[in-house]
Amino acid sequence: MDISCLSRISETEWRLPAGGAMRVPAVIFGSAALLGDMDDKVLEQIRNVACLPGIVDAAYAMPDAHWGYGFPIGGVAAFDPDEGGVISAGGVGFDISCGVRVLLTGLRRADIEKLKNDLADSLYRNIPAGVGSTGKIALDAHEMDMMLENGAGWAIAQGYGTLADLERIEENGHMAGALPDAVSAHAKKRQRDEMGTLGSGNHYLEVQEVTAIHDEAAGRAFGLRLGEIVVGIHCGSRGLGHQIGTEFLREMAIAAPSHNIVLPDLELACAPIRSELGQRYLGAMRAGINCALANRQILTHLTRRVFGHFFPGISLDLLFDVSHNTCKEELHDVSGRRRRLFIHRKGATRAFGARHPNLPAVYAEVGQPVFIGGSMGTASAIMAGAPARPERAFASACHGAGRALSRHQALKRWHGRQVIDDLAKRGIVIKSPSARGVAEEAPGAYKDIEAVVEAAHIAELARKVARLEPVICIKG
Amino acid sequence: MAIRASAEQFPHDADIGVRGVGRSREEAFEQAALALTGIVTDVAGIVPEEAIEVECSAPTDGLLLVDWLNRLIYEMSVRHMVFGRFAVTIENGRLRGQAWGEKVDRERHEPAVEPKGATYTALKAERRPDGAWIVQCVIDV
Repeated sequence: MDISCLSRISETEWRLPAGGAMRVPAVIFGSAALLGDMDDKVLEQIRNVACLPGIVDAAYAMPDAHWGYGFPIGGVAAFDPDEGGVISAGGVGFDISCGVRVLLTGLRRADIEKLKNDLADSLYRNIPAGVGSTGKIALDAHEMDMMLENGAGWAIAQGYGTLADLERIEENGHMAGALPDAVSAHAKKRQRDEMGTLGSGNHYLEVQEVTAIHDEAAGRAFGLRLGEIVVGIHCGSRGLGHQIGTEFLREMAIAAPSHNIVLPDLELACAPIRSELGQRYLGAMRAGINCALANRQILTHLTRRVFGHFFPGISLDLLFDVSHNTCKEELHDVSGRRRRLFIHRKGATRAFGARHPNLPAVYAEVGQPVFIGGSMGTASAIMAGAPARPERAFASACHGAGRALSRHQALKRWHGRQVIDDLAKRGIVIKSPSARGVAEEAPGAYKDIEAVVEAAHIAELARKVARLEPVICIKG
Repeated sequence: MAIRASAEQFPHDADIGVRGVGRSREEAFEQAALALTGIVTDVAGIVPEEAIEVECSAPTDGLLLVDWLNRLIYEMSVRHMVFGRFAVTIENGRLRGQAWGEKVDRERHEPAVEPKGATYTALKAERRPDGAWIVQCVIDV
């Protein structure tokens, strides 16, 4: 990215002043090196976001930002319904409420080392992953609507988990305001046999070792201990969310002129929050969030069953569950005024600081856990919401390492079998139905996660807590 | 020089673009569908066992392309199928398409990645000066 048009506010904050059709400035977080490596499209897209009606404060891009659809991946923007603010299907994305949850095992690396291959085989057999995989749960129309209304709460009522899980999920596992009737028959049909499936692409289930603790107090509060094993699950709302995104993107793109909205990019398709279409999308999108929460809850149940077979009596407590493709109604202070805003986070994680009223009691003094997913060969990170005053980027942080090479480039450079063999030499077991899928997700195709995490830490978006390295990775 | 029909993919940061080139708009749409299948598996390995039909309509050729690819993504998802041959007719903004394919066989097709949706990113549907039609967009995977 050409950074000559940006003014540098601090070591990790860069600003593009409002100009032309921009209603607010654009702010990009990251080191000079990270920004230098970003595609020019990130700047073009975040500038376009700043042109949308009712946007408040600034359009933000996180340190892992890359070229997305309308919004950059790693984009954050807030809209005020009182000022004609919009909700954008493109600003949430196709994989509604894609996110990460982390389970604590209390096991040490040595406990699983001898069983590693058997554990990997069993996880791979029991966690449906990849194209064409189906779950064992078939929902009738009534059950589908109950799931879309109640999220992880529905899954737990079916026996997939415990009530204690709920307080460790954003929104207590249940997104209020979901409208199952706003979800089309096609979207529901696409989800019919996809409950409890991982999906493909960058989605994964990983058994990881805690290899560094940067913040002892936060680590203790999160239940993380050096050398212990955790399980990370990264996936979203599956076919249902994809279909909701597809249908509303089209409807919003076509309806934009009737709402007097000029779209700088069709993919920014949006509608006023206070419009029939805006409200219908909100209801459908919230149902999509519940679908993702229920899906991750079922996958948690399947994971617990597998671990329970190898380690009888083990509980695999939930650390937390975060979503990184959402639009949520939240209260934020802007220039000293408390405002009710709709915060789009596209490839960005909510990161409430300590003592935020929406935090579960157990994390009230330390801040919300934030999970930064890495590649299957490098590392992932756990951070905590920073109590920065004033809040940074509406209490948001990054969500992953971000790709450095396209899938195309990755395929030219690596072969799946070779990637699997190389990682095996480093003690990492990869299980995937697709060698090509593994090549496209090769660790070298991703940016340096350490640089992304360091930039988020310095920018006070979130603070570093722990580093996790993969032991077993189930890829779709 | 004669126009050659082709199905191609082009890079996008996190995802994959698909491009169809043809002597007619219809052929370009068919080629774009082949490029979509190419994201998932090798087209040559698909047996055209079963045919399905889809219809869609849109106010512009660009929107029609995205609708066509999204309909195929939907059919792939709910039928657990992959398609290796396509036939398209377009009249007055209405597309009628046929797709031939078979159920996904995870051993034989080794499906790489599941398309989530066709997007309006890098969207193009135009006739080049040499008469060739070129249609393209990015697929979120």
